[in-house]
Amino acid sequence: MAEVSIRKLNKMFDVTHVVKDVDLEIRDKEFVVLVGPSGCGKTTTLRMVAGLEAITSGQILIDDSVVNEVPPMDRDIAMVFQNYALYPHMSVAGNMAFGLKMRKFAKPEIETRIKRAAAILGIENLLERKPRQLSGGQRQRVALGRAIVRDPKVFLFDEPLSNLDAKLRVQMRVELKKLHERLGTTAIYVTHDQVEAMTLGDRVVVMKDGWVQQVGEPLELYNTPANRFVAGFIGSPAMNFIEATLGESNGAVVAEAPGLRLSLPGPLAARARAKAGRAITLGIRPEDVHVATDSDPVDLCFDVIVEVVEQLGSEILLDTRVGPATVVASVEPTMRIRSNERLRMSLKPERLHLFDAETEAAI
Amino acid sequence: MAVTALATAEGKRPSRLRRLEDERWLALALLTPTAVLLGLFIAYPFFEGVMLSLSSTRVGEPGHFVGLKNFHKIWNDSIFHTTMWNTFWYTGVTTVFKLALGLWLALLLNRHFRGKAIIRAFILLPFIIPTVLSTFAWKWMFDPTFSVINWTLFQLGLITARINWLGDPDLAMTSIIVINVWRGVPFFAITLLAGLQTISPELHEAAAIDGARPWSRFWHVTWPLLMPVTLVVVLFSVIQTFADFQLVYVMTGGGPANATHLFATYAYQLGIGTGLLAEGAAISLAMFPFLFIIVVVQLLYIRRVETR
Repeated sequence: MAEVSIRKLNKMFDVTHVVKDVDLEIRDKEFVVLVGPSGCGKTTTLRMVAGLEAITSGQILIDDSVVNEVPPMDRDIAMVFQNYALYPHMSVAGNMAFGLKMRKFAKPEIETRIKRAAAILGIENLLERKPRQLSGGQRQRVALGRAIVRDPKVFLFDEPLSNLDAKLRVQMRVELKKLHERLGTTAIYVTHDQVEAMTLGDRVVVMKDGWVQQVGEPLELYNTPANRFVAGFIGSPAMNFIEATLGESNGAVVAEAPGLRLSLPGPLAARARAKAGRAITLGIRPEDVHVATDSDPVDLCFDVIVEVVEQLGSEILLDTRVGPATVVASVEPTMRIRSNERLRMSLKPERLHLFDAETEAAI
Repeated sequence: MAVTALATAEGKRPSRLRRLEDERWLALALLTPTAVLLGLFIAYPFFEGVMLSLSSTRVGEPGHFVGLKNFHKIWNDSIFHTTMWNTFWYTGVTTVFKLALGLWLALLLNRHFRGKAIIRAFILLPFIIPTVLSTFAWKWMFDPTFSVINWTLFQLGLITARINWLGDPDLAMTSIIVINVWRGVPFFAITLLAGLQTISPELHEAAAIDGARPWSRFWHVTWPLLMPVTLVVVLFSVIQTFADFQLVYVMTGGGPANATHLFATYAYQLGIGTGLLAEGAAISLAMFPFLFIIVVVQLLYIRRVETR
């Protein structure tokens, strides 16, 4: 049982303010992912939880006790580092045993734990090897094993998969998820890869420039992003953004941009009506844009010129031009479309997002 | 290419440049300069030294082959015994202190603090100043009459009479050991610092999270990872200290009463000072088996440490 509370957490490096008023309640057994671009403060936040970085202001609590001044070794946490940080002069078994030896566990207990962890990770036959005799994926497993044997209150992961090749990364991602389901230990996971964040996290924390942008379950971030940054960061391929102005005609709220005139559906129109006449950003995900059919209402259609056709097998990505804007659409793989073709496109109105052009907050 | 093309076009035999494309010829061409230099400046003098030590040559007397007579003579020479003991003592004690102090300094310098770069540069000073110059400065500090050390101790009320640093056999040996340590610590500190900087800080963080206190982190992580560098530094230092000459020559000249002679100074004194060239050569060569064993043992050990 371990809950982690982060309250008004701040970190300054000299004059650089890298973590700003971060508030986060992590529940027992929860897998929380901190995600964001480089320099967003996610790793620094994690390192403060680990006790590797001093806290400038704010509080970190593990199970209701403030750990601000508690050294890393006494926080009962385990961390998996980006570069694995295996002790190069120790064998795999030695690496896994080190933390237990330091905590004065009895030898038989150490051996039992190592065997159990090795079995979980499938590294029983590597125990006598040195880290340099291992592949990247194997090192990653050993680093995980070193964390598992300790049976800590909280696992901390600092971009653990970023050094693996794409295929291995997907495989390890699945294994991490299984591992968490099996062990049920509270985990904080840092990554810059939104796919990892979406697939692994029970909840995802999106950060930018030291600020938390949004905290929520993966689908919540995908469906109702709090601002333009989250909308663009979550989802692949990224959401399309079109600069537009809001207007009213015949009682309907319409968003207008060069080559585009969409009337907003009911609930969105209700929220947007107050901003009529103002500049906004329209957001629509590529998977919510399709080639128009006769059943699509005219006021949700727009004409495009196809610039690039990317055949991915499972789908086709169309890079199209609407006035000055580029709109990417994901369409059925069976469609035969060539570049420079003129097409009429439509979209799912309930999937439209509006953002204030100035504050970038969702409307 | 142009050369090759011409050669084939005119049907001539391959030019000399063409021959270098054969690796055997290329290896020969590249190795020859080094082999010549090594032969001329190391192998030949060594060989001459061996021949000299087996002869009865003195200054002004070409001499003739006498077999191992010179070695037999120095083996029964009590000053040579003292010299041998001195050299081992001097090398052993200074190496231990240089390693301990150098490691301590390196660990301090590996931390982040203001003015780190300047202090790192200053640390190197004893190593940069020519040994003869700095040793003369030390000679003044240990001078029987003008010793600043004596003055300080006297002012502090710790002594009442002058200490004759270089006149007493034990104190003289201690003095040169102190100077050698002072001179050698920077080399240890900077090299070990370079070694420390290759150790990823993540390993220390991992160890800290694993529950290792600072001393355990040093003992289980830093020290084993620093071992290969340490062994190389110790190897260099042992070779240099074992064959040290300038420091003792300037400080005591081997005195008082031959109490501080090392192999090199005694060989010089006998060979050049007294003119017994053959015996001097024999003493110089007496260093060889010891150094050889030290080097072989350490290199074997370094190889073992590096491949584990």
